Amino acid sequence: MTDTTRTPLVELKNISISFGGIHAVDNASVDLYPGEVVALLGHNGAGKSTLIKILSGAYKRDGGEILINGEPADINNPRDAKKYGIETIYQTLAVADNVDAAANLYLGRELRTPWGTLDDVAMEAKTREVMGRLNPNFQRFKEPVKALSGGQRQSVAIARAILFNARILIMDEPTAALGPQETAQVGELIKQLKKEGIGIFLISHDIHDVFDLADRVSVMKNGQVVGHARTEDVTKDEVLGMIILGKVPPKAIPGPGAMQTA
Amino acid sequence: MADITTTASANRARSASENPVKRFFRATEIDTRLLGMVGALLIIWIGFNIMSGGLFLTPRNLWNLSVQTASVAVMATGMVLVIVTRNIDLSVGSILGFVGMSMGVLQAELLPQLLGFNHPAIWVITLLCGLLLGAAIGALHGSIIAFLNVPSFIVTLGGLLVWRGATWFVTSGRTVAPMDATFRLMGGGTEGSIGAKASWIVGALACAAIVATIANSRKQRKRFGFPLRPMWAEYFLVAIGCALVLGAVGIVNSYPWPVAIARKFADANGIAWPDGGLFIPHGIAVPVLIAIVVGIVMTFISTRLRFGRYVFALGGNPEAAELAGIKTRWVTVKIFALMGILCAIAAAISTARLNAATNAQGELDELYTIAAAVIGGTSLAGGMGTIAGAMLGALVMQSLQSGMVLVGIDTPFQRIVVGMVLVVAVWLDTVYRARAK
Repeated sequence: MTDTTRTPLVELKNISISFGGIHAVDNASVDLYPGEVVALLGHNGAGKSTLIKILSGAYKRDGGEILINGEPADINNPRDAKKYGIETIYQTLAVADNVDAAANLYLGRELRTPWGTLDDVAMEAKTREVMGRLNPNFQRFKEPVKALSGGQRQSVAIARAILFNARILIMDEPTAALGPQETAQVGELIKQLKKEGIGIFLISHDIHDVFDLADRVSVMKNGQVVGHARTEDVTKDEVLGMIILGKVPPKAIPGPGAMQTA
Repeated sequence: MADITTTASANRARSASENPVKRFFRATEIDTRLLGMVGALLIIWIGFNIMSGGLFLTPRNLWNLSVQTASVAVMATGMVLVIVTRNIDLSVGSILGFVGMSMGVLQAELLPQLLGFNHPAIWVITLLCGLLLGAAIGALHGSIIAFLNVPSFIVTLGGLLVWRGATWFVTSGRTVAPMDATFRLMGGGTEGSIGAKASWIVGALACAAIVATIANSRKQRKRFGFPLRPMWAEYFLVAIGCALVLGAVGIVNSYPWPVAIARKFADANGIAWPDGGLFIPHGIAVPVLIAIVVGIVMTFISTRLRFGRYVFALGGNPEAAELAGIKTRWVTVKIFALMGILCAIAAAISTARLNAATNAQGELDELYTIAAAVIGGTSLAGGMGTIAGAMLGALVMQSLQSGMVLVGIDTPFQRIVVGMVLVVAVWLDTVYRARAK
């Protein structure tokens, strides 16, 4: 999967950002290939969400480089990221509660009629189509998103991400708010998107959520990358050791945050 | 396909188990909240009519009521957008005062020197300058709020003082009068009304628009195979809409010109004065027409344009709006600039109506405007509100005030009542929303 001769879809190189003297992310590098799922693991506060928010344009990095298809990318805000085909599903879902599903799906990229007015009917039609694929039981198209269940809101957030032919999908704790059945649905969806050649970053603090879905894991601790490993080369326990102690197993590639073995 | 049929039968099953009233509201999609406000308005009207011995529900009083409501109603439409985005604008009364005074000086003192007295272009130039001035002041407030991150409460509280002070400064406190003759038409009165025939034409056009809107929305929904309202519900909505429009036109058309003015008009046009007097109806007043057009335009902006969508998304979840790539700061600037423009329109209406620009013009209007928007269902927590609701709210406030004047309640007591009504209305709204959840 990860043969090094190919150009990575995304390469984050030596990214750093600090908030008021605290190095939230310190010299971190991760990469992602087309059709690959990379799980970004670490404790709460390890810097995974912050690192990924730099890629999605929500934060501005202090240092480092972002390469998309090998070319330096200039990402300063969420609009720039979307131009590169980067779509993000945030932990907080980031939906506008008071408008309906269609309005949320197209927020910031509304379809318009030739007269410049909103084309609500077309947006609703497309929304029904996409949501029908993701969540066939979903029928509450006219209600504000606030009235929906956690799982339904999640499907709205996912539908928004895949609606615009994303090439790079970032999912921050995608199953945190979901029941077992909905979690399985998200798993199926990830496999389907992978087949379409989309690169996916999965962020989680719970290894059990993502281990079976991921091709590779990258582990972060205290803002630094502990190491990378292919999931077939390591066990769950070894990855847990990386998360908790920063101890890098023999088959993994150590990063700057790896525990120094004297 | 299977999906559609199952949901259709599910809907049928659901509607069969509902009682007729619920089914009626579901079919017609009438907002029960708005209906509640109409109910409150009717209670106020009938109550004052009984207390005043039948003086309230006369064509004359209702016509006056419509004219008095116009200025605050215009500003309330903009206040909805401001409050929906979790902001507030305390400066609208002062902006009205300052823009009104500036327009007064321009048309009564500066332009006549350049163009000559009563030149036909004076009113247009004055109005355009006023609109630009209002937009500039609003944009300034919006920029400070959006780009310097000063809370809107503070910025507009400052604006309240600054622009009221500026109003005094323009003429050192002197009242400017009279206004240009054409400009004055925007304030209503016998001259500033469009007469019976034109009113019926406006009414007929409005009815045609109602039919066209409902037919078009049905056609669109059919095209994409969305659930449709039952036919009887469509006819019912058309009927009630047209009845309201034609009823209102009928009322304003049965309020005749005062005898003295009618006589002067008859003399001037060589019409013989008949025994029973001359019956010349007022028709719709120009300020009311302006307010209605503003209401339609603002509804269009807030529901059909991308800007309106952004306003509501921003109010619902500012973070989500930002992450979706909306330029939230610019949206804020635009909202306040729009509010400034609406203040200028309100200023034109109120100076024209008074036929003078005074330095107390628009005092306390910010509070009536906010009250109208809030009574009209705009949530101070952001994200919710309608233009129509706010205009209805303005009508409720004005009905209370005019009614109390008519019944002879003292001024201090009037304010006490208005204040209490505001608090009670918002409390009722909170109860309603809690139950709706």
